[in-house]
Amino acid sequence: MTYGQVTKVSRWLLEHALPPLVFFAIVLSAWQAATMFWKIPVYLVPAPARVLEAAQGHASELISATQLTAGGALCGFLLSLITGTVLGLIFSQSKIIQRSIYPYAIFLQTVPIVALAPLVINWFGTGFGSVVVVSFILSLFPIVTNATAGLTTVEPQLIELFQIHNASRWQELLKLRLPNAVPSLVTGMKISCGLSVIGAIVGEIFAGYGTQRYGLGYLITLTTGKLETAYAFAAVLCSTLLSVAIFVTVNLIGSSILARWHVSEPGGSNTTSE
Amino acid sequence: MHANSLGVTYGRTIHALADIGFDIPRGQFVTIVGPSGCGKSTLLRLVAGLVVPTAGVLNVAGANPCRARRTAIRLSFVFQDATLLPWRSVHENVRLPLELNHTPHEQRERLVSGALAMVGLADFARRYPNELSGGMRMRVSLARALVTDPELLLLDEPFGALDDITRQTLNEELMNLWAARRWTGIFVTHNIAEAVYLSERILVMSPRPGRIVADLPIPLPMPRSPELRSQADFARITGEVAACLRRTSI
Repeated sequence: MTYGQVTKVSRWLLEHALPPLVFFAIVLSAWQAATMFWKIPVYLVPAPARVLEAAQGHASELISATQLTAGGALCGFLLSLITGTVLGLIFSQSKIIQRSIYPYAIFLQTVPIVALAPLVINWFGTGFGSVVVVSFILSLFPIVTNATAGLTTVEPQLIELFQIHNASRWQELLKLRLPNAVPSLVTGMKISCGLSVIGAIVGEIFAGYGTQRYGLGYLITLTTGKLETAYAFAAVLCSTLLSVAIFVTVNLIGSSILARWHVSEPGGSNTTSE
Repeated sequence: MHANSLGVTYGRTIHALADIGFDIPRGQFVTIVGPSGCGKSTLLRLVAGLVVPTAGVLNVAGANPCRARRTAIRLSFVFQDATLLPWRSVHENVRLPLELNHTPHEQRERLVSGALAMVGLADFARRYPNELSGGMRMRVSLARALVTDPELLLLDEPFGALDDITRQTLNEELMNLWAARRWTGIFVTHNIAEAVYLSERILVMSPRPGRIVADLPIPLPMPRSPELRSQADFARITGEVAACLRRTSI
């Protein structure tokens, strides 16, 4: 790096990274000060220092819980990615199937699917399976709708181009519709990866595991129940970090796919080919 | 190619084309001019077998257009926009028709390179559409149409969105390509100078419902050269065609 680049980077950091960090520090200090000033009992709102303490004390439990929750969320996410794409493919190939089922796919998005979680436990029992299922149904619909949109909204002239060269249905799907759907699939993935974490945690709250192995959702209910609030805060912090990590990873993967596809993100400001 | 009392009606009331009749012999380059919305593009889509006529007869190489496209002739279509696939490089875009008609792999590379060389884009094979200018994208589109060595080339206002100098250059290139291959061409435009420069014959259409109101032979020797544009004959004929178009539009 040249000197010029270094100053550029440091200026960017100064302008964009410093303000939120300063704000974060202010909030933390205010929080710490408030708990000390009003003598808020630690089982209600623990001070940041107490949360840190709890996190350090229970580091191994928190890490294993985070890993388990991450596993559940990723399984749910991958399952919905595959199922959603397949459903989108079916919808794109048959107008009649799309017309009869697709409205429900949209309608189901408005249903608070979280409400189904207890039923899922009834059907799939307690444990990892139910967690994956809840994560899966919560993250499925953004993939279905985005995949269907990407596969069906193709520029009419491109379809005519394929017709003129006597393309088979299969060729049209493989060489036009599927690659055309990639940017919308990326959008769907970005929405649903966050939902998959929420789904996994909700699943764990209801389904739990045994006392030997548990995820973050179970840990949060367990510790709040025992009024170990600092520990619960640490678990919430872990779930936030997990969510952010998955979101950032999916975004990076998505951006690199879009760069390779030579299209900008849908709604982005970069120029695309017309 | 033969058309007789051809008509297209959308719904019950929208008559896009009415009573169209013409014959185009093999190897002729014909231009269709007419006011906006007169159904020029619809006529081209009829010939391509993308739209089905609601009245009359249309024969392309002795069969109905859809059948002709499948079995009898090699047909290519150049759209108003370049309509390239953004995720494919220039080379891969031009290769698309060869993939669709199952041309053997070993021939593809040679044909694609040949087509790219024809439009002067040999050095841009690895680029992507979003890295090219509008004129270059249109050249890629032209190369993609030519890569199958078409016998019938349909062009739907391909240069309408380009600046005048680029348009003239591409007109000249198109003329050279036609001189080399002598395909049958139907070119839709509303630029009269372009129509006169490119074609042996101009069909003038009326506003909707589109009818062919004049069939004007252009008595200038083919293939045309760029110098033609500054000659008195060219100006005179362009004026005549413009007058004819104005009469029909009123």
